Order: sequence, then C-alpha cells, then structure tokens
Amino acid sequence: MLYREAGDFKTRYSDDGQTFPIKFDRMGYYAVIAIAFGIVPFVINDYWVNAVFLPFLIYAIAAIGLNILTGYCGQLSLGTGGFMAVGAYACYKLMTSFPDINIFFHVILAGGITAAVGLVFGLPSLRIKGFYLAVATLAAQFFLVWLFNRVPWFYNYSASGQISAPERTVFGIPVTGANTSAWASYMFCLVFVFLLAWLARNLTRGTVGRKWMAIRDMDIAAEIIGVNPLTAKLSAFAVSSFFIGIAGALFFSVYLGAVEVGEAFGINKSFLVLFMVIIGGLGSIFGSFAGAAFLVLLPVLLKNVLVGTLDWPTDLAAHVEITIVGALIIIFLILEPHGLAQLWRVAKEKLRLWPFPH
Amino acid sequence: MPDQLLFAMEVTLNGLMAGVMYALVALGFVLIFKASGVFNYAQGVMALFAALTLVGLQDGQVPFSHLINAIFGTELHHFGWHLPAIVAIIGTIAVMVLFAWVVEKLVLKHLINQEPIILFMATIGLAYFLEGFGDMMWGSDIKKLDVGLPQGINGWIDETTLNALGYGFFIDNLDLVATVIAALLVAGLVLFSQYTKQGRALRAVADDHQAALSVGISLRFIWVLVWSIAGFVALVAGIMWGTKSGVQFSLSLIALKALPVLMLGGFTSIPGAIVGGLIIGVGEKLFEFLVGPMVGGATENWFAYVLALVFLVFRPQGLFGEKIIERV
Repeated sequence: MLYREAGDFKTRYSDDGQTFPIKFDRMGYYAVIAIAFGIVPFVINDYWVNAVFLPFLIYAIAAIGLNILTGYCGQLSLGTGGFMAVGAYACYKLMTSFPDINIFFHVILAGGITAAVGLVFGLPSLRIKGFYLAVATLAAQFFLVWLFNRVPWFYNYSASGQISAPERTVFGIPVTGANTSAWASYMFCLVFVFLLAWLARNLTRGTVGRKWMAIRDMDIAAEIIGVNPLTAKLSAFAVSSFFIGIAGALFFSVYLGAVEVGEAFGINKSFLVLFMVIIGGLGSIFGSFAGAAFLVLLPVLLKNVLVGTLDWPTDLAAHVEITIVGALIIIFLILEPHGLAQLWRVAKEKLRLWPFPH
Repeated sequence: MPDQLLFAMEVTLNGLMAGVMYALVALGFVLIFKASGVFNYAQGVMALFAALTLVGLQDGQVPFSHLINAIFGTELHHFGWHLPAIVAIIGTIAVMVLFAWVVEKLVLKHLINQEPIILFMATIGLAYFLEGFGDMMWGSDIKKLDVGLPQGINGWIDETTLNALGYGFFIDNLDLVATVIAALLVAGLVLFSQYTKQGRALRAVADDHQAALSVGISLRFIWVLVWSIAGFVALVAGIMWGTKSGVQFSLSLIALKALPVLMLGGFTSIPGAIVGGLIIGVGEKLFEFLVGPMVGGATENWFAYVLALVFLVFRPQGLFGEKIIERV
C-alpha cells in the first residue's frame, strides 16, 4: 500500500532516470541521510562509534570497492588487505611529509596512490582469469604487507615498526589522534561514505558500469560488441583500489590510530571484506552496506551475548563466532547466492502488493 | 668446492624437501578439483583439523570440553587414556570420512550447478567453519604431535658429505620421510585411479559429469569418496607439518602456500602438483639465500606468489594443466 510505483507519474526523462525512481525509495534514502547527518552525531558515544559506526562505515567503503571489482566486473580479488595497507601507508607518509595540507586531501590522495598500485596489480587480469587471478591477487596481498614490514622508509624508521596517526584537524576540529571526539570521527568518515557511495552508484549505472558488467557476464561477447577489455578491467581495478585505499587510510588514521601492518591488513582482512560482499550481495551497492553492517554487528552481538550474558571465556566465544560466520556464509550461498540485497529486493516485491495480494 | 656453492646445494636440497611438503597439500586440492570442479580452499584447514583430531584422540581429550565446561560448569578435560598412534590415525580417518559425508550431504548437494566461484566461496566458508569448529572441539593451544616419525639431522648424510666434500649437509630426517611418503601416496593414488573400479569411476566423473551420470555412476558417492581421499591426504600433510612445527593455527595457512604450487603445476595434474611444489620449494629457498639478505629477508612470504604470477602471465594454464580454449 505504501510502497508502490502506481500513481508516481514522471513527466521528464531526467525524472525517470534518477537513482531512486520510486518515491518511497527516495524518501527512505533522504530519511537515512537526514538521520545519519542530523541526528546520529548528537546522540552517539565513544563505545558506539568505535565498536559499530566507524568499522561499519569504513568497511562499507572497502566493500563497495571490492564489489565494483568482483561484483560488477567479475574479477575475484583476495588482495583487499594489501590495498588497504597501501592506502594506510600512503596516508601516513602524506600526513607526516606535508603536515600543512588538510587531511581530507591526504585521504583522497592516498586513494589515488592505491589506485595506481591497483592498476599495476590489475595488469595480469588481462591474461589470467577466474581462480588464477584470485591467486595472482594474493601475490599483491603478501608482497605489499611484506614491503611495508621490511622497508623502514614507509614507517619513517620508527623503532616499533608501527605507524601512528598524528593529530590533524578539519575546520579546527581534530579528526585523528587522541583528542578526537566521537562525533567528529564519525562525521569525517560519513562524509567519505556519502560521497563515495554516491560516486559508486552513479558509476555503476553509467557507461563505465555497463562495460564492467558486460565483461563480467561474458568477456568475449563484450569484446565483440566493442567493449575494450583493457580499459574496462583496468578501470575497475583502479576505481576499486581507490575506494579500498580510502577505506585503508580511514581505517588507519581515524579508526585505529596506530597500525602494525601484518596484524591490521593481513589476509584475514581480505577475506572479511570478501565475505561482506558475498553476504551483502555481489553487484549491489546496498548489499555492500548490508554486508558490512551484518559482519560488523554479528561479532559485537555474539560477544555481548556469549561473554557478557552467558559469561563464557573470550577465546571460546571467538571460536563460536568464526564457526557461525563460516556456517552463515555457506547457508547464504545455498539459500540466497545473491545475498542480503536480493532478500531486500524480494521484500520490496512483496511490499508492492501488500496487504492486498490480488 | 667453494663454500658458497656448497651452501647453495644444501639450500637447494632443503628446498626440494620443503617442496615435497607443499606438494602434499597441493595434491588434495588437485584431487577434489579434478573430481568435482570445486576449488577446495578448506584443504589447509582440513589438514589442521585432521592433525588436531589425531592429537586429541591420542591424548584422550574430551571433544568440546571447553564448550561443555562453559555451559554446564563441569571440569572435563581428558578421558585419561593414551591411544597408540595407529589407532588414533584410524580413528582420525574415520572422522575425515564422516566429515566428507557431512560436507556432501549439507553443502555440496545443495550447490550443484552453481558457478565455480560460488562453490569456491562456499569452501572459504567451510574453512572458517572448520577452523572454529576444530578449535571448539579440541582447544586452540599449540599441541605437540608425535606419531613416532624420526626427526632431527640425518647423521648418515651429514657424515658422508663431510667426508666427501668437507662440509656436512643438514638434512632433516622428517623431510626424508615426507619425501618417501609423498612418493608412496602418489603411487598409491595413481594405482587406485588406474586399476580399481572406483578409481575409474572417479576419472570418468572428472572427465564429464553428465556422461558419468548417464552410465550409472553415482556422482554423490564419488564426491564423498573424493572428499574422503582428500581428507586422508590432508591427514598425511597434517601429520608431516604438525610434527615439524606443532599443531597450531598457522598450519591452515599452508593451504595458501599450496595455491601458487597449483598455479605452476596446473589445477588438474597430479604430477604437476609435485613438480610445482618442487619448483616453489627450491625457488623460494634459493631466492631467500641469494637475494633475501639484500632486501631485508623473509622473502619466503611472497616469493612463491610473485613467481606464480609472473609465470601465469606467460602460460595461463600452468605447466601441465589442460589448455583453456575459449575461442575456436
């Protein structure tokens, strides 16, 4: 009754081509934006920001990035952790080398540098396909982590081998470092999420996105109808790495503050982001958010229930958590290979007729 | 002979031995990939799980004791027996067969006709599940695995080379045993697939699923069979690696090391897995020896992947893999 396209008349082509053509969707989108920008910053505290909101926002960016590559362009990548590390270290080097420039631009530049690195590691995708490519991206993962571990220039010769974010401000308000208030770091990440999600949504429904999807569906056929696989694949790698690089930069500078590369950006991070994309739904921006939210909330929830309520030891709770995550992935793949996004779509189809199914 | 050359020879030999260990893991991958077209990421975790189960059975640990203790407040830990290695090994094989059956029943059956990438991701999920499950069942502390395999420097080789060349080579007994066992395993698998009825059925399935189905081969039985064999290979690999470096989580990471081995050898070739393993083993040891000190060491972490990457660009199907034909 509420959710319908009937009666929602369009008189211009531009109305018909907008991102959310159905009025209810559009209103929902505006409402979410309004709540995220207007209400959440005033009510959140440190715990919620650090346990839920920051990881959710940052992983959402990374998941969108990986979704562009894997979901839209069909190139499976296991190098996400490595590319996040590139973003983090690029951001660190920029922050320490050019302290006068606003951190906003540092983060963007870090994304750009990651895009360049992603481009290099994307080159083999022109010859290698499928699993083989997945393993080739593992080369990126392990090589990059090793590089940041072993070359002291990257961590400014610090004794511990860690990098830690100095305090930087935006409009005079600190967003990195120890003095950051919860709402500031939240807002800083939210702005990036908002801009990048908007960018991704519009890229994927435009020419570029259609080229990616053509490559994904069948690369040879795409080539024959005039899609250049070189530019399509490499642009997917570059854009995806740009997103992931920004996620890495934020993960380091805003969320963690201090990072040891093997621990923060190891192979597990690659898998975690991949799971978010699978559970959320391949080839869906909404799915990236849903997957990120799911995998960020699930451990928090389990930990609260198992350790907090039932009083189990933490290591046992951790084991139960991995077991459940693994089982959930299998269950999702069996029941709904297209992820949470597909469930959402089905729910909307149902809502169209509800409550009068005939 | 100059010292440097002797060192290099020793490194090469050790690399060959390490390569055998990689090949052991890669073998399990190839088996499953050939028979079901599934790229089984969980192979390394299966090795870990098999090794955990073996140690647990040997020491008479109570399965899920942590979980039971946490729920019911009991203090269970051990049954208080100590099984001989052979009994524990047979018990572990039984567990792995059961595992294969459960996987077929609960996972693979429902994923027939899905894209390979979906199946691959399902095995990643399986890997996580099994990792958590194994830890829940047996606890996550580092365990010592001892089934009576010889370990330590091989005195005979040391002495012989010392007398002949003036420099004693350090070769671990365990690596020698691993080499022999790997050779036996491969010979056994080849004989099995060539000369037994089930082996032929297995090859038929590998060749063409539908044709195999139409001549009356039960696909589901073959899948259980092949996952059981992979479980057995995982157990062998688990014993070797577990004896070498203790049974711990990092054991499951050898699966990742097996990936470049597979890429070099080709996903579909058993000899390829062996040769690929040897190339990777020797390559990374020599590279670490020759170039490692110049760039800060620990190049073993990534050398295998980069080697495979470079190699693939020139030969995308691997050394022995079937040629990928996309356009006629």
